Amino acid sequence: MSRETVINWVLGLGLLAVPFIALMQGEPFYITLATRVAILALAGVGLNLALGLGGMVSFGHAAFFGIGGYAAGILATHAFNQEPLLAWPLTVSGSSDMLVIWLVAIAICALVALVIGAITLRTSGVYFIMITLAFAQMIYYFAISWPAYGGEDGLSIYVRNGFPGLNTLDPIQFFLICYAVLMACLFISARLRDSRFGAALQVARQNPDRLAATGIAPFNIRLVAFVISAAMTGLAGALFADLNRFVSPSMLSWHVSGEIMIFVILGGVGRLFGPLAGAALFIVMEFYLGGITEHWQLFLGIILLCVVLFVRGGILGIMAGRRVHA
Amino acid sequence: MLLQIEGLQSFYGRSQALFGVNLAMEEGEVVALMGRNGMGKTTTIRSLCRIMPYRHGTVRFLSHDLGVMRPHRVARLGIGLVPEGRRCFPNLSVHENLVVAARPGDWSLERVGRLFPRLRERHSQSASTLSGGEQQMLAIGRALMTNPKLLILDEATEGLAPVIRQEIWAAVRELKGEGQSILIVDKTLKELMQLADRCTILERGMSVWDGTPADLGEDIQDRFLGV
Repeated sequence: MSRETVINWVLGLGLLAVPFIALMQGEPFYITLATRVAILALAGVGLNLALGLGGMVSFGHAAFFGIGGYAAGILATHAFNQEPLLAWPLTVSGSSDMLVIWLVAIAICALVALVIGAITLRTSGVYFIMITLAFAQMIYYFAISWPAYGGEDGLSIYVRNGFPGLNTLDPIQFFLICYAVLMACLFISARLRDSRFGAALQVARQNPDRLAATGIAPFNIRLVAFVISAAMTGLAGALFADLNRFVSPSMLSWHVSGEIMIFVILGGVGRLFGPLAGAALFIVMEFYLGGITEHWQLFLGIILLCVVLFVRGGILGIMAGRRVHA
Repeated sequence: MLLQIEGLQSFYGRSQALFGVNLAMEEGEVVALMGRNGMGKTTTIRSLCRIMPYRHGTVRFLSHDLGVMRPHRVARLGIGLVPEGRRCFPNLSVHENLVVAARPGDWSLERVGRLFPRLRERHSQSASTLSGGEQQMLAIGRALMTNPKLLILDEATEGLAPVIRQEIWAAVRELKGEGQSILIVDKTLKELMQLADRCTILERGMSVWDGTPADLGEDIQDRFLGV
């Protein structure tokens, strides 16, 4: 077992242990904290696929995070009010079933990513960063100016959406759902990375011309990766909305894009469990330093600066060393 | 006709590099593309693979016009390029380098491993840790994994130790024996003359001579190839 594998296990099991320790200590608040880590890590896992493996520095993943959140919010609102989402030409009702909501969130995010990706992936470098940001801002302002679902005030989910056989209002059970989804997406990421597709994606980052010379279109590979990445981040958004029982345009704002990117960079770009390490550090700092001073992000900035300047591999780079080839 | 290039003209920005290259090859042939440094051999190859666009002339491969195609389409038609300077994918393992390029056909991992046993020994090693000769073998193996109808070798023995060169030449001879069509650029005339069915010489971006190795006398060698 390589050192990175050991650290991955420690991180994975560590996150699983936190809520149970919290429960024994009678501090249920920490369960919510751990759930936040799991959900934000999931958003990072999604971005890591595009950013880490494919080298696509998307500064617009908040769009997918927010769309996932709104999918949960809108479906739940319609289900709660018992109004159909669509009356004509066919009746589509809302839903408070998480499985349905997840599917809808994934499908819509994939569709939006397909459109955004098809346009943005024709550019590269700083233009790609700016165009993805521009698309995310477009969706952000659309959400603000659309009064039907709360506009700037956002949308409350009165009862947390359900999951067959579980009581999602119980923090531990909801945590376990989020944790299971995170682990499933990490598993999918690992399989993708080690597959032929993953190899082609990494080559598309390094040398697209050579990839084309072997008969694979770099654009198509990147687009598929971008869509999968967006779907995972969208799924995280749906869970995040359910955690807070609230969704607002702030989920779509560019700060969120930046935060998701920070999880990935702090944890280690392209490292499988990097986003989990990054999100955990982020939340811990937000909680403890945020309790001391409201300017806690100053310290976050300093740490981020140090990571970018001195340890390119992020937290996993410090602990597991440079990535060695299998 | 496998490949037919007529009146090919290419430009690097505003400076013209090819002024009219003609080349034709039949299936199963080994054609040597020759000329001194800077005469347009690699540019011809880059143009025909559509890695760089060309402005005038036609390139036909199995009666498809390549002029309108994007590079990956050209590769899928069956042109396997072993580029100058090898250009393996450094952060992938040997195995991944081969598998990523694979297309259905006779060439499999196993068959590449038989052609280059060294690759089989090093299959899980990162390509960046291979020696130059092994990287060259990997580049050839990667091109073969696409099951090309035409294999293009651009300076495949450049900068390699004599022993390794012989290994590469032996592999190329084996491929020729199996009926593989090969377009080859190389500096070592001796091996090239033994292997090629026909030669085309480029001078200042133009085709100036075409014929069999037997016809390539001392005078022509001096005129177009001598330094």
